[in-house]
Amino acid sequence: MLAFLVQRLLQAMAVMIAMSLLVFVGVHFIGNPIDVLIAPDVPQNIRLETIALYGLDRPLWEQYAAFVGRLLRGDFGRSFVFNVPVLDLIMGRLPATLELVLIATLGATLVGVPLGIYAGYKPDSVVAKSIMALSILGFSVPTFWIGIILILTFAVNLEWLPAGNRGETVDIFGVGWSFLTLDGLKHMALPALNLSFFKLAMMIRLARAGTREVMLTDTVKFARAAGLTEGTILRRHVLKLIAIPIVTVFGLELGSTLAFAVVTETIFSWPGVGRLIIESITVLDRPVMVAYLVLVALLFILINLTVDVVYALIDPRLRQAPAR
Amino acid sequence: MSGPVLVVDGLATHFFTKAGVVRAVNDVSFSLAAGEVLGIVGESGSGKSVTGFSVLGLVDPPGRIVAGSIRLEGQELVGQPQETLRTLRGRRMSMIFQDPLMTLNPVVSIGDQIVMAIEAHEKVSRAAARDRAARALTRVGIANAAQRLDSFPHQFSGGMRQRVAIAVALLHRPAVVIADEPTTALDVSIQAQILAEMRALVAESGTALVWISHDLAVVSALADRIAVMYAGRIVETGATSDIILNARHHYTRGLLGSLPSQGVPGADLVQIPGAPPSLGQSSVGCAFAPRCRFVDEACEVMPDLVGDGRQTRCHHPVEAGARP
Amino acid sequence: MSKQDSPLALFWREFAESRIAVVALGVVAIIIILALAAPLIAPQDPYDLANLSLSDARRPPGYVGSNGYVHWLGTDANGRDLLSAILYGLRISLQMGLVAGAISLCLGATLGIAAAYLGGRLEALAMRIVDLQLSFPAILLALVLVAVLGQGKTQLIIALIASQYAYFARTAHGAASAERSKDYVEAALATPLPGWRIVFKHLLPNVMPPLIVVATVQVANSIALEATLSFLGLGLPVTEPSLGMLISNGFQYMMSGRTWISVYPGIALIVLIVAINLVGDQIRDQFNPRLKR
Repeated sequence: MLAFLVQRLLQAMAVMIAMSLLVFVGVHFIGNPIDVLIAPDVPQNIRLETIALYGLDRPLWEQYAAFVGRLLRGDFGRSFVFNVPVLDLIMGRLPATLELVLIATLGATLVGVPLGIYAGYKPDSVVAKSIMALSILGFSVPTFWIGIILILTFAVNLEWLPAGNRGETVDIFGVGWSFLTLDGLKHMALPALNLSFFKLAMMIRLARAGTREVMLTDTVKFARAAGLTEGTILRRHVLKLIAIPIVTVFGLELGSTLAFAVVTETIFSWPGVGRLIIESITVLDRPVMVAYLVLVALLFILINLTVDVVYALIDPRLRQAPAR
Repeated sequence: MSGPVLVVDGLATHFFTKAGVVRAVNDVSFSLAAGEVLGIVGESGSGKSVTGFSVLGLVDPPGRIVAGSIRLEGQELVGQPQETLRTLRGRRMSMIFQDPLMTLNPVVSIGDQIVMAIEAHEKVSRAAARDRAARALTRVGIANAAQRLDSFPHQFSGGMRQRVAIAVALLHRPAVVIADEPTTALDVSIQAQILAEMRALVAESGTALVWISHDLAVVSALADRIAVMYAGRIVETGATSDIILNARHHYTRGLLGSLPSQGVPGADLVQIPGAPPSLGQSSVGCAFAPRCRFVDEACEVMPDLVGDGRQTRCHHPVEAGARP
Repeated sequence: MSKQDSPLALFWREFAESRIAVVALGVVAIIIILALAAPLIAPQDPYDLANLSLSDARRPPGYVGSNGYVHWLGTDANGRDLLSAILYGLRISLQMGLVAGAISLCLGATLGIAAAYLGGRLEALAMRIVDLQLSFPAILLALVLVAVLGQGKTQLIIALIASQYAYFARTAHGAASAERSKDYVEAALATPLPGWRIVFKHLLPNVMPPLIVVATVQVANSIALEATLSFLGLGLPVTEPSLGMLISNGFQYMMSGRTWISVYPGIALIVLIVAINLVGDQIRDQFNPRLKR
């Protein structure tokens, strides 16, 4: 197990380095960022000053070395546009995104898995077929469209819930979290629902497929032959067996959900990291883009690592060298 | 206890698939006394496994029992609701399957699986259940039972896994155990061990045993009586020694003749020409007719099972004492 | 068993048993025809800026425009006839989806099959990269690429291909590996038959079914991804309004009740994507051996 972990960690670091390189090189070829900050008719000396100030005139490899150095110190530079340290900027927006993503993900799993198990257990029932129809929609319809429909229905027509922005926050450890206030929850309802749809659909389909397969196995037959109730079989056999693919997908989709937060935050004007990246791409705010991508890569690697570990915990076959 | 523990009368189980009706089991009747071992012999597709599933009520849709009666300790099983059958399964009748790797859940510990089988029928404390589980394992010859409760199936060898399955089947001291090819997936040496185990356990507890197999040699070592199945019907039954020495149905004789031990060294292995009918086909006349050397016009009508105790389904059975 | 049916005929027969799938296939076919015929049947050319007049802007469905014909679905913020815009938008969406899908298929399948065939460290390395890429969400990758390469039709297609080819590569590799280890391939390899012949005659036919499943799903995904990118303003340029951009343009008018500007293009998009997914679902179920009862 230890060797397994170490190997994974080393891999993770290699990927981080590759990512940072890719990101850095890639970002350097987006147009000329100077033109975003200074009008073309600005005098030359101010132009040169700006270049020197932002270090845009050093050779690429020097810039990269400096970049890595700064990365390790947590210094991502200052945003071209906002003129504040990028790390602060991102950290300020991160809690909003995190709480949105976490609530959406948890909701999707806790609702989706039981629904999917039911659909897989009684695949020909009307309820199951409706669940599957719904899941197809959640799965294929683009997130932005679901967001629009949600706004249309709940905010415009029914006026039950607000259509944008974050609600009031409560401070824990100096960071504001909005899910602890009623107003915050009201504001989070629609975006979280929007974000969770895709994952919900995935979970339903996965749980259903897994359940259908498992119900046909000899394991279930044997359990039935021993007189176990259907409920016990579903809870203690089927659930454990489908947990493996579900956990894998949960991990993968966590990253995906983080990515889709970009869309949801844009539609609902949610002040999170996702909206930040869209804005910074549009205005070519290089430091922010680089920092965002590096942080996202880091998050991904962490998620993958965690999934691997959880995997080994669930499936005892992976824990040690095969017997004899 | 007087009277047979299991009486099957005119059992017919059909599968209603999209491709047509598959008449897997037709007009199957047999009875089993306490402590008796009945061997059901047949090739794949003969309906022997489906017969076993039918007794336990484990026939999956699109199949179902369409005719006949099954009486377990005097209680009629056909037509009973699933919940009633569930209380009987594992307690008064149980089943052992062919491949313990498939029947034991790989992600649940052995101890847990046995405890679940106990708790399905009795309210006991967890400690008491674990105690019983350990004792059950010891009974089937697994050493260090208490420690091994927390092991997982992949940590056991094939033979040990099957012993676990046998332990589960005998947990509540059922009246009938149906074993569906329990040794087919095991090494030959382990086969002999398991056979001996089963013989001892059955003798000790007075449980009636139905041993389903395609291997006549294995069955003859254990069974008191043998029923030979072909194309969904029983074609011959009788005491083991009677069948082995004086087989009257030509299929049975063919099976016996094709045993490698019967052949002359150096000569070609004797085979029954042709192939058994596939599952879906039903024939108007005797199902074995296309492959039989003694076929004539009479065989265009399905023969009845004739005899008392010693039965044969053939228009031209071999006379007692005769040799081909 | 009945007389020998060709696998294709059997496939169609099974497919036809699901009414939903057949309807979905019909819908897809209709949309394709509409898209192909868009230049011929659209009442107005949405790209012809000369035709547009702002007095027609944001008019509800049924409005009779300044050029005399009825705007059946209303007009958008620029005075464009929504019906025409949607037809052209469908055309573009299909174009992008199919082109990106086809190229991803060829690229990914070649990579996957080659990796399976060549084996060894090359295979391990290639699949590692594919795996890594698969765990990265397509939208982020597309975002990054669009940011780096800039906006435009070609750039968008490149971004779409880059985020999709990995699925094909993984599927092709999986299927090809399974085949490659089978005895008959080993036997074929022992003959003087050139390697590529073996690939074509043996590996490819067995790799095709799962690839077809992936292809249908990926086309739908490409369309959705392109729409999302366009919605965010990072997709096709304004001169070629795709459905995503139409929806995005109309979004600001939602609150004031002029919902049709977003809703109608949205419905068209959804119908297309869902239909393709339904067809893909049915195909996938048919090819899944573990669901055969």
